[in-house]
Amino acid sequence: MADILRFRDDEAHEEPAVTLDAFLDQSNATAVRLEDGEDARKLIPYLERLALIEIGFSNFGDGRGYSAARILREHGYTGELRAQGDVLVDQIAFMRRCGFDSLAPEKPLDPVDAENALARWDEVYQKAADDRQPIWAKRHA
Amino acid sequence: MNILTGNDLKTGDVVWWTGEAWSRHVSDAAEMGENAPDVMAREIAARTVSDCYLVDAERTAEGILPVHIKEKIRATGPTVRPDLKLAPPDPAAGNWVI
Amino acid sequence: MYKYDNYDQQMVDTRVAEFRDQVERRLAGKITEDQFKPLRLKNGLYLQLHAYMLRVAVPYGTLNSEQMRMLAHIARKYDRDYGHFTTRQNIQYNWIKLEDAPDILADLATVEMHAIQTSGNCIRNISSDQYAGAAADELVDPRPYAELLRQWSSFHPEFNYLPRKFKFAVIAADEDRAAMRLHDIGIQIVKNDTGEIGARYYAGGGMGRTPMIAPLIRDFVPIAELISYAEAILRVYNRYGRRDNKFKARIKILVHEMGAEPFIAEVEEEFKHLKGLNIDAPAAELERIKAYFADPLFEAGLPDEIDRSDPDFAVWLDQNTHPHKRPGYAVAVISLKPTDGIPGDASSAQIDLMADLAEEYSFDELRVTHAQNIVLPHVKKADLYAIWQKLDAAGLATPNLDLISDIIACPGLDYCSLANARSIPVAQKIAKRFADIDRQKELGELKLKISGCINACGHHHAGHIGILGVDRKGTENYQLLLGGSGAEDVSLAKITGPGFDEDGIVDAVEKVTEVYLGAREEGERFVDTYRRVGIDPFKEALYG
Repeated sequence: MADILRFRDDEAHEEPAVTLDAFLDQSNATAVRLEDGEDARKLIPYLERLALIEIGFSNFGDGRGYSAARILREHGYTGELRAQGDVLVDQIAFMRRCGFDSLAPEKPLDPVDAENALARWDEVYQKAADDRQPIWAKRHA
Repeated sequence: MNILTGNDLKTGDVVWWTGEAWSRHVSDAAEMGENAPDVMAREIAARTVSDCYLVDAERTAEGILPVHIKEKIRATGPTVRPDLKLAPPDPAAGNWVI
Repeated sequence: MYKYDNYDQQMVDTRVAEFRDQVERRLAGKITEDQFKPLRLKNGLYLQLHAYMLRVAVPYGTLNSEQMRMLAHIARKYDRDYGHFTTRQNIQYNWIKLEDAPDILADLATVEMHAIQTSGNCIRNISSDQYAGAAADELVDPRPYAELLRQWSSFHPEFNYLPRKFKFAVIAADEDRAAMRLHDIGIQIVKNDTGEIGARYYAGGGMGRTPMIAPLIRDFVPIAELISYAEAILRVYNRYGRRDNKFKARIKILVHEMGAEPFIAEVEEEFKHLKGLNIDAPAAELERIKAYFADPLFEAGLPDEIDRSDPDFAVWLDQNTHPHKRPGYAVAVISLKPTDGIPGDASSAQIDLMADLAEEYSFDELRVTHAQNIVLPHVKKADLYAIWQKLDAAGLATPNLDLISDIIACPGLDYCSLANARSIPVAQKIAKRFADIDRQKELGELKLKISGCINACGHHHAGHIGILGVDRKGTENYQLLLGGSGAEDVSLAKITGPGFDEDGIVDAVEKVTEVYLGAREEGERFVDTYRRVGIDPFKEALYG
C-alpha cells in the first residue's frame, strides 16, 4: 500500500475491491471498483455499507471519474474514495475537489511536486465535493 | 527521399536534422537512412525537440524541399507574409552564381 | 467593465505560477510531451505549423485600453509585431517561444488578462454580443451573466477533462450577433411573463465536421439557477459524451444521438438533484458583478447630426457604425479587413492606436467581434469624423462591415497544422475582385466565411457564402457552400457541388453574386434570395 496517498485518518481498507457487476450480484462486499464510465449511480442504494470505492482512470484524459466521484459524495458516501490508474500530478488537486481522498497512481508521483500541486490553490471559484468555500461565498460572508 | 523534422522544444522553431544536429534551414536537411528510428528516439529523449517525424522531400532548384504543400509552407513560412520568411543561412547565398 | 478583486487576481497569479512550474517540469523531462500537451493547451499554447501559438482570452470580447496596449506590447516584445483576432473574440500570437510563455502570462496578469482555458477539452472563453451594453435592442447587458459563468467555469474540477472542447455564448437581444445557436451551449437572457429575468438554454450546436443548430433545451431557467443548470448539462455531457472517437465527442453528437427529448430528460433529472446543493452564487454576487457593467457617464443633450461633407467619411459612417442606445452616441466598428490584408490581423502600432482611440473617445472600452473586427462601443457622433481620420491614416478605415469583403477566414494552411488548404490568399483574392466599394454596397449584406479544413474555424457553414478548403490529392481545392447564417435566422449552408481551384473559387463567388443580382426582389439580401429561389439557379450558373 506504500504507493497510495491517503487523506484519511482511518485504517486502510484491506478487502480487495470487486467489480461493479460482481458487487451488484453479491450482497456482502464492502469494496468495489468502477471502471471508466461505469454508472456510479448504481451504487447509491449501498453507500452506507461500502468502505472503499475505487475509480479507475485508464487514461488521464478520460474525465468521467470526476463526475462519478462527485455523484457518490453528493449522495452521502463517506467511505474511502480512491482514484487509481493514470493519475498524474497535475490532476490531483481536481481529484481532491471532486471528493477523492485516496490516490493510487500507477506511476509514483514525485512527492514534492504532489505536495506543491495540492497546496497551490488557496482559493476556488466553485462549490464542489470538498468543504472549501467558493470565492463568491467569501465575498458575501 | 526522407528527411527528419521537428520543433525545437524551447523555442518552437521548425528544425531539420542535418545528420549531426538540428538546423532551422531545410536546405541543411540530410537524407535519413535506417537509423531514423534511433535518431528520433534519442532526440525526443534528449528533449531537443518536442516531437519529430519523417517527411517526404525532393531536391529542387531551391535546394531540398518537402514534397507536400503543408510541409513546404512549414519549411519556408506563411505564403501571405513574405517578410516573415526565414532568411537563407548565408545572406549572400541568393547572389551566388554556380 | 469588470474589475478583478484580490481573489480574481490571486487566481490568475496562481495560474501563472502553476504554468511556470509545468513548463519547468517539461523542460526538465519530468513530464512527456503527451502529458504536457493538455496542460499547455489549457493555457492556450498550441504547437502550430511554424512555432508555438498562444491564444489569449478576451472574456466576452470586452477589453480596456490598458489591456489592448498590453496586447500590442506582447506582439512587440515576444512575437513578430502583430496579433490575430479570432472568431471567438480572442487574440492569438503565432511566433511564441515556450520558454517565454510564463513571462507573457505574468505580463498579462498585470492587466487582469490570461490565457486560461483558451484551448483543451474544457470550458472555453465565454463569448457574447460585441455590442453588449451599447445596443439599442438588448434586454439587459449579457456580460454580467457571462462573467458569472467565466468564474464558475475557471478551473472547474469536474469539467477539465471533458470528452472535447466546450463553448458558451451568452446574448440578451433577439438579434443574434454571437452565433449563439452554433455553440455547445447558447444562452439568451430573457424575461418571462411575470417580468423575471432568466436564461433560455440551447445546447448541442456547433460547426466542425458535423454542423448542428442547437435545439432549445429549456425556455426559462430562473437566473438564480443559471449555474446549476449549466452544471447539469455539463455533467450529463461529461458522463455520456462519446470518448471512443474524438470526431464524435462534441455535445452536439450526444444530443443528436440521444435525441433532444431524452437528453433534456437526463439534464432535468440531474438539475433536480444539483439544485439543492447550493452551487449557485447568491443574488448579491450577480449584483456585485453587474455594478461593474453600469453605463458609463453618458452626456445628455448631444446632437445627432453628423457633418457628412467628406464623401469618404460618409461611406464609412453609413457602413461601419451601429445605432447606440443613447442619443448622440454611436457604435463604431473598426474593420480588420483591408483589401490586401489578412482578416483579423493587426500590427502592434494599430493595436496601440485602437487603444488610444478607446481611451480618448469610447470610455476606455473596446470589443472584439466574432467576425474578427474591433468595436469602439460608445462614441459621440460628434467625434466620429476625428476617429475616422485617425483610423484612415492607419489603414483601419475600410468601410466594409458586413459586406462581401468583410470576410471571416481561419489562419488556414499558412499557419495552422490542422489545415488542408490556405484560407487567407483566397480571402485576399475575393477582396481584390470586389475591391470597388460601390459594387460591394450594391451586393448589400453578404457574409462570406472561409475555412481551410473541415474543423470549420472560419465558420463556412454559417456563411451566406461559405468556402471550405480541402486537400485533393496533395493540391488545394475549394468547395462552395450557400445559404448559411450564424445570426437569429440561423441556418447551415449547403454545398453546391464539385470544388474549384484557387482562382476558380473566386470566379465561382462572382457567379453566384451575379445570380443574386439577377434574381433578387426589393429589399432582399443575398441569403434571402437564395432561400426563396433555392440552390438550383446557382448550381446552373456554376456547373450548367
